[in-house]
Amino acid sequence: MSRGSQGISPTRRQIMLVAAAAAFASSVSEAGATQASMDDAISGVIGEATPQRGRVKLELPSIVENGNTVPLTVSVESPMTEADHVMSIHIFNQKNPQPHVATFYLGPRAGTARVSTRIRLADSQKVVAIARFADGSFWSDSADVIVTLAACTEQ
Amino acid sequence: MARVLINLPEKVKRGETIEIKTLIAHPMEPGYRADGKGSAFPRDIINRFICTYNGDEVFRAELFPAIAANPFIAFSTVATETGELRFSWTDDHGQTQTESRQIIVE
Repeated sequence: MSRGSQGISPTRRQIMLVAAAAAFASSVSEAGATQASMDDAISGVIGEATPQRGRVKLELPSIVENGNTVPLTVSVESPMTEADHVMSIHIFNQKNPQPHVATFYLGPRAGTARVSTRIRLADSQKVVAIARFADGSFWSDSADVIVTLAACTEQ
Repeated sequence: MARVLINLPEKVKRGETIEIKTLIAHPMEPGYRADGKGSAFPRDIINRFICTYNGDEVFRAELFPAIAANPFIAFSTVATETGELRFSWTDDHGQTQTESRQIIVE
């Protein structure tokens, strides 16, 4: 019997750990935005359109020590003329409490389509930038960020 | 009045693209932080930023709680003529702070 219990107990522990991790993971994802809510937020902006990869460059550090202030730069390849320019740049995240981060509206008077800001990240996650062009097309880029100290939403 | 930092060149050549950096002191309370009494501190953020150049809007931003405290925004514009750039930040209470800077275009 003792052999049997030795054989079982690590397995039980593993099961408990997995169950606890799953419960924790689900509680975290319920509290914040999810892939689905990010997709909803994105389709709220672009509708049925499918953004193409390219032209947009989203710069974020790949590893962040402090999620309270993360530098972000978006630059978009565009001549920024009256006929061909970026109208807006939309930033979304996957796991903050809300999927929206910011929307920037620009036009031919911007000269270059390049915007920088500092954002909060509540967890390691994907950040997406989508640019709307004057011809109605959408282009996008994404970046995966590992956050070691999350932005405090809890305390 | 919150403290504001605005960085842009004083004198530029006509047609040049200039970068403008702005920062305003603000806690950007996201509305999700627990206050220790079972609820959260109410949301209080700057949700809109607009830059006008001699009255014409050249840049606008809609901000959400994911923007870090003391929001920093850098963008660019083409120096078209000598005049005034106005920057305004609006918070959740509808209060707006406006700052202006002169630019000389040669």
